[in-house]
Amino acid sequence: MSSTEQASAADVEAAAKQAREALDAHAHEIVQWHFHPSSGCPFWLEYAQKLKFDPLKEIRTFDDLKKFEPFQDEWLRGGPVRRWVPKGLADQPVYVFETGGTTGVPKSRIAMNDFRTDYELFSATLPEEYFPRGANWLMLGPSGPRRLRLAVEHLAQYRGGICFCIDLDPRWVIKLIKKGWMEHLEAYKQHCVDQAVTILGAGHDIKCMFTTPKMLEALALELEKQGTSIHDAGITGIFSGGTEFTPQWTRFATEELLEGTYMTPTYGNTLMGLACSKPVTAEENYKISYYAPQPRAVLEIVDFENSDQVVGYGETGRVKLTTLTKEFFVPGFLERDEGEREPPYIKYPWDGVSGVRPFHELAEATTVGVY
Amino acid sequence: MPTPSHGQARTTNHHYVWETTVLNIPALRWGKPYESMEVDDVVHFITGEPIAKVSQANGGLLQRDMRKAAQARAALRDIPCDDLIERVKKAGELYLNATLPLGDGTQSPDEFAHMQSASTGLPEHMCKANMQKNFFVLSHMDQMLEALTRGLDLNILSRGFGVEDRGVVVSYQAQSPAVGLVLPSNSPGVHTLWLPVIPMQIGLVLKPGPQEPWTPYRMTAAFTEAGIPPEAISIYPGGADVGAAVLASCERSMIFGGTPTVERYRGDPRVQAHGPGFSKILLGDDIVDDWEQYIDLMADSIYLNSGRGCINCSGIWASRHTKEIAAALAERLGPVPVLPPDDPNAGLAAFTIPGVAPAVWQQIEAGMKEDGVTDMTSQYGPRLEEKERCAYLRPVIAHCESPDNALAKAEYMFPFATVVQCPQDKMLAAIGPTLVCSAITEDESFQRELTDATHIDRLNVGPIPTIKLDWLQPHEGNIVEFLFRARAYQIPEERLAQAR
Repeated sequence: MSSTEQASAADVEAAAKQAREALDAHAHEIVQWHFHPSSGCPFWLEYAQKLKFDPLKEIRTFDDLKKFEPFQDEWLRGGPVRRWVPKGLADQPVYVFETGGTTGVPKSRIAMNDFRTDYELFSATLPEEYFPRGANWLMLGPSGPRRLRLAVEHLAQYRGGICFCIDLDPRWVIKLIKKGWMEHLEAYKQHCVDQAVTILGAGHDIKCMFTTPKMLEALALELEKQGTSIHDAGITGIFSGGTEFTPQWTRFATEELLEGTYMTPTYGNTLMGLACSKPVTAEENYKISYYAPQPRAVLEIVDFENSDQVVGYGETGRVKLTTLTKEFFVPGFLERDEGEREPPYIKYPWDGVSGVRPFHELAEATTVGVY
Repeated sequence: MPTPSHGQARTTNHHYVWETTVLNIPALRWGKPYESMEVDDVVHFITGEPIAKVSQANGGLLQRDMRKAAQARAALRDIPCDDLIERVKKAGELYLNATLPLGDGTQSPDEFAHMQSASTGLPEHMCKANMQKNFFVLSHMDQMLEALTRGLDLNILSRGFGVEDRGVVVSYQAQSPAVGLVLPSNSPGVHTLWLPVIPMQIGLVLKPGPQEPWTPYRMTAAFTEAGIPPEAISIYPGGADVGAAVLASCERSMIFGGTPTVERYRGDPRVQAHGPGFSKILLGDDIVDDWEQYIDLMADSIYLNSGRGCINCSGIWASRHTKEIAAALAERLGPVPVLPPDDPNAGLAAFTIPGVAPAVWQQIEAGMKEDGVTDMTSQYGPRLEEKERCAYLRPVIAHCESPDNALAKAEYMFPFATVVQCPQDKMLAAIGPTLVCSAITEDESFQRELTDATHIDRLNVGPIPTIKLDWLQPHEGNIVEFLFRARAYQIPEERLAQAR
């Protein structure tokens, strides 16, 4: 057990208090930025006109953000996308990342450097033994107008490696599932896996990869069919993500697919960035607890009926996300996921979430594609 | 170590009580128990109390195991078919009469019937009747296989080729070392379909219905006790991904579902899809004036086994007297009451999945509003009876003036039937796909047309209830032809003798 995990309850409490103070200060700073006429984006400046309070004066702590109504991700559909670009960053090159969009207009989020910052912070959590610096990477996950594609490539480059990418269009995957074209779905999955197998066998010294649980499973089974394995193909570290990341699946992957290759689950999306997990162990029954990159993003587990009220530790609620960066401000967005509230621990002295799964009221309508 | 005693029934006149210890049931991976970190609670449909916690597999786990499917067939091929048949017969006895291991406990025959009733909503006496059906099939396995293979020496299936008595070389090639089954929750009768698989030396990959894990596990326990190699059978309870993995991984699978499932797999040689039966009784013009003689047969075909089976009749078709027939059936079936599941007179199964019965009733009510449709059972009290945790639909008989009425081709999982007025010469064009057709007619010309009708699967010519099955005949395709492919196989003359 590492020294950080041996921290006393008092240490954790002190760290949590400090983290909370930092969060309050950060929340204040970010609101000042987004609502000040010299630096804010057109969307929030216009929005502020309709508010019955002045965010510049009345938002001093994180809890003050409850004065805003919950963020509606529908606001992100359609243009002009520049209404989200803060004036203070108007001279920066702007990326747009999309989410949804299988049918209709996708939701768009602008970004300049956030994805790089988030993944550099994430990089610091990766064990060197399994994610060696200088190693090359394989990105076997959603590509196209998604942040993940660029973020993983940046992560590889930041760690001194080169990233090989496979094209994977999750909108097509969801369309195939909704149409019930399961043969096509299998064929598309195989098409992606075949490319991954080819790249892994092409002598590129790939040791690390990002992939989703479904693609990891498909890749492992294909390699096994060919008489090899993820481990034998040279992969030493995998980071993966998605709500299909259940303890049972993690156990199955660990016991039967990975042969010692390290895998770290993550939870993230275009709005938040990347929440890291506490190390997942057999001793803890492969329980997966995620912690947001606070203070840049905050995860709360809130009452299903009252989104201003966090539930008790260990209790179930809906995941509420707040994003607080100079590029993007999301004051309390109710995710399409639910889970159990986890207490702070010394490495991440703030609330986490475990057992993440689709929000039960929406689950039937949710089509899980490549994740 | 003592095994937990997990069940004791106590029945009173007004209350139905079952005291139980929850069983933990693992997945089985080629005979080896696997306790998953995800479990599904199988609950009593009246009390909501858990009866069992069933380990949930995941699709990838199943796909990995399928790499070893050849070992299942190999283990079975080490035992001659005749020997397997004897073991299967013994398994039938054990299934019907023995207390068998189940998860971390045991299960007696009465407990089996009770548990199956408690989770599926089927009255207990019907569960016991289904046990008798499974027992019958197992205990007549030699006759069944002889019938289904048309007297083929089963060693030919084992070896892949052989010489028949008439001196002809024949070859039957197994198309898959194991057959996958995606089983339903609501119809325990379907299990008879997969029972002949093991004696044909093909392994079993079973995905039980969430509310009906009982038969796959009990049958497997009986098979194992009777000497069938455990490594021949896998059971993977789980969600939709497990069902998809069964179909993707097994070269031959059977799936049970609704019309969309059947449509999806139509024409796929790897999959045999079993859906609604839309079984019917056709009354020929030559006998229809004597319809009263057949009213028992019609009522039984609609009502027995709570109308849940695909072989239950959902349509009575005739050219005249249809209103009178419908009225007589309504008078017979309309008053049938809802009774507790342990009542030996209970004729109706509960809908245990919330919302299903009201949704079905809503559809029926909408159909009744169409011109030409008459609700014949409305005078016998409300049809939808909602309880705290389940609901019942009492028998519904509707009269349709035309085959074009939407309800004329409907089928639901309870005693529901329409009596449809249709000229005899239009019937075959109008009835649509029909699993069991009981045609009561002496008209030879009509009989010929019925015999030639490719949209009828099982044809009964004469006064035979749709629910009366001859087990020695194929059902929705011959399972032997599904699992084995007849093909050419030539060998030199001198080897012929060895192949005899």
